[in-house]
Amino acid sequence: MKILFPFVAVMTLIIVVVAGVQFANLQFLFGVIIPYAALVTFTAGIIYRVIKWAGSPVPFCIPTTCGQQKSMPWIKQSKLENPSSSLWVIGRMALEVFFFRSLFRNIKTEMREGPKVVYGSDKWLWMSGLAFHWSFLIILLRHFRFFSVKVPYLIHVIESLDSFLQIGAPLFYMTDAVILAAVTYLFIRRIALPQIKYISLAADYFPLLLILGIACTGVMMRYFTKVDVVGVKQLAMGLMTFNPVIPNGIGVLLYIHLFLISVLFAYFPFSKLVHMAGVFLSPTRNMANNSRMVRHINPWNYPVHVHTYEEYENDFREKMKMVEIPVDKE
Amino acid sequence: MAKFTTKPNELSKINLIPPQTEWMDTPVEIKEHMFCHPAKIKDLETVGFPNAREWKPTEEDWKLPDNWERTILEGMQSLLKKYRSFSLFMDICVRCGACADKCHFFIGSGDPKNMPVLRAELMRSVYRGNFTLAGKILKKISGARDLTVNVLKEWWYYFYQCTECRRCSVFCPYGIDQAEITMMGRELLNLLGLNIGWIAGPVAACYMKGNHLGLEPHTIKSSIDLFVDDIETITGIKITPSFNRKGAEILFVTPSGDLFANPGTYTAMGYLMLFHELGLDYTWSTYASEGGNFGFFTTNEMAKRLNSKIYAEAKRLGVKWILGGECGHMWRVLSQYMDTWNGPADFLEVPVSPITGTKFENTRATKMVHISEFTADLIKNGKLKLDKSRNDHLKVTFHDSCNTSRGMGLLEEPRYVLKNVCNHFYEMPENTIREKTFCCGSGTGLNASENMELRMRGGFPRANAVKHVHDKHGVNMLANICAIDRATLSASMDYWVPGVAVAGTTELVANALVMKGEIERTLDIRLEPLPGKEASEEVN
Ligand code: SF4
Ligand code: SF4
Repeated sequence: MKILFPFVAVMTLIIVVVAGVQFANLQFLFGVIIPYAALVTFTAGIIYRVIKWAGSPVPFCIPTTCGQQKSMPWIKQSKLENPSSSLWVIGRMALEVFFFRSLFRNIKTEMREGPKVVYGSDKWLWMSGLAFHWSFLIILLRHFRFFSVKVPYLIHVIESLDSFLQIGAPLFYMTDAVILAAVTYLFIRRIALPQIKYISLAADYFPLLLILGIACTGVMMRYFTKVDVVGVKQLAMGLMTFNPVIPNGIGVLLYIHLFLISVLFAYFPFSKLVHMAGVFLSPTRNMANNSRMVRHINPWNYPVHVHTYEEYENDFREKMKMVEIPVDKE
Repeated sequence: MAKFTTKPNELSKINLIPPQTEWMDTPVEIKEHMFCHPAKIKDLETVGFPNAREWKPTEEDWKLPDNWERTILEGMQSLLKKYRSFSLFMDICVRCGACADKCHFFIGSGDPKNMPVLRAELMRSVYRGNFTLAGKILKKISGARDLTVNVLKEWWYYFYQCTECRRCSVFCPYGIDQAEITMMGRELLNLLGLNIGWIAGPVAACYMKGNHLGLEPHTIKSSIDLFVDDIETITGIKITPSFNRKGAEILFVTPSGDLFANPGTYTAMGYLMLFHELGLDYTWSTYASEGGNFGFFTTNEMAKRLNSKIYAEAKRLGVKWILGGECGHMWRVLSQYMDTWNGPADFLEVPVSPITGTKFENTRATKMVHISEFTADLIKNGKLKLDKSRNDHLKVTFHDSCNTSRGMGLLEEPRYVLKNVCNHFYEMPENTIREKTFCCGSGTGLNASENMELRMRGGFPRANAVKHVHDKHGVNMLANICAIDRATLSASMDYWVPGVAVAGTTELVANALVMKGEIERTLDIRLEPLPGKEASEEVN
């Protein structure tokens, strides 16, 4: 059920767009209106989420410290794992966001005869996660060639790096293979590893299948059906300049591709995918461990009932005097 | 309740592969020896906690107050507004599973709901069902569920099987900290009077009497007098500590557990000896006689109420700064919460060691120094005369407390101290120490006796790592800097690795400390003959 439902959902999406384009001539809907709507939903949704999170304060300074604190000068502080200043926090966050520092730590816990618990290095999740996210980003950037009159220099650089193997025509992009492999691995691990399967929800399979659909249609268009690139660029430029046109002959695959992307974008803010924005706000990672040096303020700090010394002494004055503990009132 | 008698070889048959039935379709089963007794009515009433009543976890009817669902949901709403951590952690988990096998309770029990990610999902599912649109529409398919009595029982059972150790948070790519979620969970359960006795008792005692054990001022004094006598037996030196003394330079605060039971008492003796040798101008307080804070395991407000005594007492006595003893969660609270709650401590001065002149700049806001920082600085400056050979009968390893490592980063200071007071020091495997350290298994007030199976299961990964160095290097002493460790690791060592004793770091310091005018030492701090030293006695 957890796998079937998202699978059926993605299939349905594909059928809807095929039917819409082939039989109902809804090119304008799928090529223009839905992409615009998706982009608006994505942007507004992410902003809404971030505003909502940011609306809750961070009452306490709670970094998870993963290394030596700053104490005396002769003890070497682990500045990246336990930063005490904003500069090093930025370093810590950069490592986390660009290189998935915490996942890199991952170890596998196993029970051996003895009984003995052993901890093996386990970098697969880190590797596939990194491969997936980076290739996704590079592919996304590569697509900007469609949205610009003159392809920016940076895009050229990315393209030539990505295709440096120089095989095939059109040139083969490594990231295309990497993303397919990574997403497939991430999907298979959810089914094959019993613990991961146990914790997975439909909402974990759905985006993977969606992205797999997007990547497959993209790869098919580029290498196999050889989509009409000029037409695609026309459509993209039209969207970009708010002068939408529907060129002829760009094929149903492109509409599937575009629709799945639209769904992904629209779905993004309402799902776990918001981790993309959320990671920047995580207080256990983005705070300096300096609460012993600088007072952290809690905006909702309020006075509380305490048991004062005076009350305490009233309770115990005689007993204190008996053993010559000084008292405030005789 | 029958006594817990399962043998280690039975208990260690652990299967980490989850069952076939989905977790949402597996109702909670409240098992004997895995939970703590409910709080006593009078303890809850002492501090004004709501819905105090008689109830039994194993009974069907928990006598929940009317409208309890609303209480919980409104409570959640309010916590979501107060804590970004909570609000964020409810949304961004991708269920990658990196945290799944990192929890000592999961490793020791194999119960899938002890995987940190699932512990969080217990609450997240209710969050989705009540606070998100997708959850309200898609229900179970989106991982949402309603808040039912069974769900509530599951919360209670599993939020009291988390020691807020933060090990999961180290491995999570977004730093999702189950400790935060457990804190919220316990805060909510508290609204319905679903506290446990082992926490509520110490909280009430600490509120009224100043410390978790409920030691009254004269009892504190007489406990310490006993230590003073023992110290005289060992060293020939008579120490005269002061209590509630106005005008002292330093206020010393430590967990009350160390005044009460072995082996913590040896650590307390260590403090007394060290401070005497230094001629430190310091005082104990009977009012602020607790460094730890069991309130932290109930509600944020209660933690603040208990913590307030430390600064209040420092102010009343007019000390310059505060020195804190060895304890784990105490230091999480002191480092990350105290100043925010009860500061600013502008009536104190930035701590300066009167012996070395070192200014502890890293404590310039809280004005409270950790004993390991203090001692490391003394040793570094050559202010202590140490005879390491007095610890030669010990092969020592060091257990990092969860809170001092992951909520502070105090890793090198105690190691530096230990390496300077003993000749035989061995580290446990690297995946089980420092920021990856394992909990003793009994933190956050779960160190009762009725939940012994839970404690031994939770203590298993730590004990297993100790066993590794015990077998390999003959380690026979597990040093630490935590009063709860001293109380709980002893039990876990006896169970899993017999032959390994437990000691506070300051106890080992005091063993090695050569004091001015002391007699030839033949006894260690435990009043046991010092191997190698009794021989020289005979020759004399
Ligand atoms: S490591 Fe973090 S994101 Fe991954 S399952 Fe655990 S809590 Fe969720
Ligand atoms: S905080 Fe510690 S005890 Fe709690 S879930 Fe995480 S690893 Fe387990």
